[in-house]
Amino acid sequence: MSVVEERTAVEGRRTAAPRRARGGAPVRYRGVGERPNVLGGLGALVWLVVVALPLYALLVATIQRGENYVPEGPLALPSDPTLGNYATAIDKGLLGFVGNTALVTLAVVALVVVLSATTSYAVVRSRTRVTDAAFRVFLLGLAIPAQAVIIPVYLIIVRLGLYDTLTAIVLPTAAFALPVCVLILVGSMRDISEELYEAMALDGAGPVRTFLQLVVPMSRSGLGTVAVYSALQAWNGFLFPLILTQSADRRVITMGLYEFQGEYRVDVPGLLTAVVVSTVPLFVVYLVARRSLADGLMGVGGR
Amino acid sequence: MSARTQGRAAPRTGRPGPLWALPGVVFFALFAALPMLLVAYLSFTHWGGLGTPAFAGLDNWTRLAGDPLMHRAVGLSLLLTVASWALQTPISLLLGVWAAGRQRGRAILSAVFFLPLLLSSAAVAIIWRALLDPNFGPPAWLGPALGLGTLDPLGGGGSAFWVIVFVAAWQFIPLHMLLYQGGARQIPATLYQAARMDGAGRLGMFWHITLPQLRNTMTTSSVLMVVGSLTYFDTVLIMTDGGPGTDTTIVPYLMFRAGFRSWELGYASAIAFTLVIVATLIALVMVRLTGFGSMRSTREGM
Repeated sequence: MSVVEERTAVEGRRTAAPRRARGGAPVRYRGVGERPNVLGGLGALVWLVVVALPLYALLVATIQRGENYVPEGPLALPSDPTLGNYATAIDKGLLGFVGNTALVTLAVVALVVVLSATTSYAVVRSRTRVTDAAFRVFLLGLAIPAQAVIIPVYLIIVRLGLYDTLTAIVLPTAAFALPVCVLILVGSMRDISEELYEAMALDGAGPVRTFLQLVVPMSRSGLGTVAVYSALQAWNGFLFPLILTQSADRRVITMGLYEFQGEYRVDVPGLLTAVVVSTVPLFVVYLVARRSLADGLMGVGGR
Repeated sequence: MSARTQGRAAPRTGRPGPLWALPGVVFFALFAALPMLLVAYLSFTHWGGLGTPAFAGLDNWTRLAGDPLMHRAVGLSLLLTVASWALQTPISLLLGVWAAGRQRGRAILSAVFFLPLLLSSAAVAIIWRALLDPNFGPPAWLGPALGLGTLDPLGGGGSAFWVIVFVAAWQFIPLHMLLYQGGARQIPATLYQAARMDGAGRLGMFWHITLPQLRNTMTTSSVLMVVGSLTYFDTVLIMTDGGPGTDTTIVPYLMFRAGFRSWELGYASAIAFTLVIVATLIALVMVRLTGFGSMRSTREGM
């Protein structure tokens, strides 16, 4: 018996888990093996190559001169690096596309955060048949692909007189982000304890005050995930802009990339630079909100 | 108002009324739920994009049933779904379980693994297209170096479809890895401790504890994979434009082509409605199997 205890103690030290079994606190999973998982580590390294090599080729290409791309190859470090591709990308109007995308993204995030928060609050706290039904509708919506309904969405947008406006992109993008966001927020709002609601009620707080002073602050991380997730959806959206806009000055960044692909046939570094420029703002968001986004997405997996 | 009345009736004040859900529901209904019904209606019309859709009876559906392109597209979509699942599930599962450990190296690697999730499908397609270009990319020198002559993975010869399968995996394995990582972290360590006392090895524990404990995650992830594969579109449009020939003309691409290139929106609606039916069935299965609808906290009992 003591041998076993000693072994687990040693192992606990080696894996340095932040949460330990102490006083009945929940013990979280911290790796299957007792010895270092060599095979797992090797597999992860292989995947690292699969993921990182294209990203490396992408970055290297952006500082490669167009005429050197073929002779030096896509994987070589440029012998004569340049930032000229970035200047060309800006000359081609890429920043205008980024501006449009930023507007769309801000509007989508604002809509989604407000609507998913109020809806989730009702789902978690109302306990009426109506809100249960609403939640089920959103759950079904999880699997509704935008492709399947793009034609009626096109019809609705045309009839609303919104065709070829940025609003035309915002509305359906936000609607299709809602189900996942409601799911995430319902998850984090369910974890607010009943005692806190009772304390608010004893204070005489109505639903509005409870929502603003208890629910919103307590679901901060969930709201963060929702904001980042919907930003990702809006920034990378392709289908709605493709179908619902056409003018050059309403072009968002993914449309810009698509059009560039036709123009840039031979200038691969130029095209790949546009790809990098299109991703930089999201990368910045990711650096700031990494933990919140990753945890939120993991939470959807459940067990 | 209604909330206040309700508050007076119940001993606990402050419960929000169903009105709180109304803005979200209306918004979602207008741009997502209502279109599902509309697409059904449109599939019984002829419509060129302008003017009013004209009722056409079963025209589109009989045409759909006899269209060899649709048969091929359905076959390709099913193959894409099965191949994607078979390729992505084991890799995501193993990576996710591995990454659920807490050593520092894993955190850094996990951060790198996350990066493809930040890229749009358009970006992913452009990167891989450039990397696979027979004139500029590695195939230009890799083929001759291996004595295979010039390689053109996206050209004829049937490889383009498998390139799509691979690119989809590259793009989405990180997401599913995160789901499995989240699931694996929720497995109580006491289970492993007990198994260890019984002398179980790593493989045994993986087989008898990790896998069974992850079955709900596997359902969620699989459903998302199936839906994703059935609706994989941006990448196909940019990488292959459905070609060469019809080698990568999957159902959503065929729908796009019929609708927004040939402007036969009624016929395209019939194709799209087929997708709606499949997606709704999947959604129902998902709600049932994953217990999303059970209204329980995931932290209950911990």
